Amino acid sequence: MRLDLILRVTTKLILPLMVVFAVYVQFHGDYGPGGGFQAGVIAAASLILYALIYGLGATMRIVPVAAVEALIPFGALLYAGVGVAGMLTGGNYLDYSHLAHDPVHGQEWGVFLVELGVFFTVSSTMLAIFYAVAGRPRP
Amino acid sequence: MVLLALLAVTTLAVVRVRNLFAVAILTGVYSFLMASVMVVLDAVDVAMTEASVGAGVAMVLMLGALHLTKTDEARPAHTALLPVFVAAVTGAVLIWAVSALPSFGVADAPMHVAGPDYLARSLEETGIPNVVTAVLASYRGFDTLGEVIVIFTAGIGVLLLLKRPAGSSGPDE
Repeated sequence: MRLDLILRVTTKLILPLMVVFAVYVQFHGDYGPGGGFQAGVIAAASLILYALIYGLGATMRIVPVAAVEALIPFGALLYAGVGVAGMLTGGNYLDYSHLAHDPVHGQEWGVFLVELGVFFTVSSTMLAIFYAVAGRPRP
Repeated sequence: MVLLALLAVTTLAVVRVRNLFAVAILTGVYSFLMASVMVVLDAVDVAMTEASVGAGVAMVLMLGALHLTKTDEARPAHTALLPVFVAAVTGAVLIWAVSALPSFGVADAPMHVAGPDYLARSLEETGIPNVVTAVLASYRGFDTLGEVIVIFTAGIGVLLLLKRPAGSSGPDE
């Protein structure tokens, strides 16, 4: 417990940067490399790092298991819901052109929401699998 | 070329080494090499995914699984004839499929017909400068929805297999 001081301090230094980088990759995906998938994995990796250093219990207090398991279908439903919204506003399924007053704006909104859905599903799936693997007692 | 040679060496090492901890680390090395190959090929988005998933999360999950099992590979109980047969057939099918691809550098390959079209259209149609994001999230949105559903299905599948019901303790299954 006392021998991992360097790891604990370094983790505290790195973690905020990882979270900010995940957010950057998420929202800058329109302009540079990245997007919901990569951002989701980086966000999950930051929480997994926290769990490795500070323990599974501490991480589960920040992000409860129930929340993670609710976010997995939420992301997929958000994505599919954007598709339905495209239909309701007069286009085809997953056609974002009618989501806003002009097609380009609608496309930006659609891609933004869809990437958000990808982010939620990917990050919570990674985290849920990690919880399941790490939570099992050693036989 | 150097990267591909290192990839081959890493693959042979993964096959030969019997300590599973070393194998887990080597697969991480493999993923980083693969990500470097992707950067050389200018596929930065794929490289990012490979580095974060393959070398990051997948390795942690492998080490986590390793924590639950033994760290040395068991001797195979059967002869390797069937796996060798399956691998040979799969390899042959893949090589046969390569012959159906358009020849290298042909002018009327789909990449040279549809590619410039997307490059020219995507910014004014979607307002998104990154063509990869525009194609993945908008033009091929249905395909990406399928990918999300795959991740969703894989996630709940793993949870059904691994998650312990609340209140139970100890390996009593």
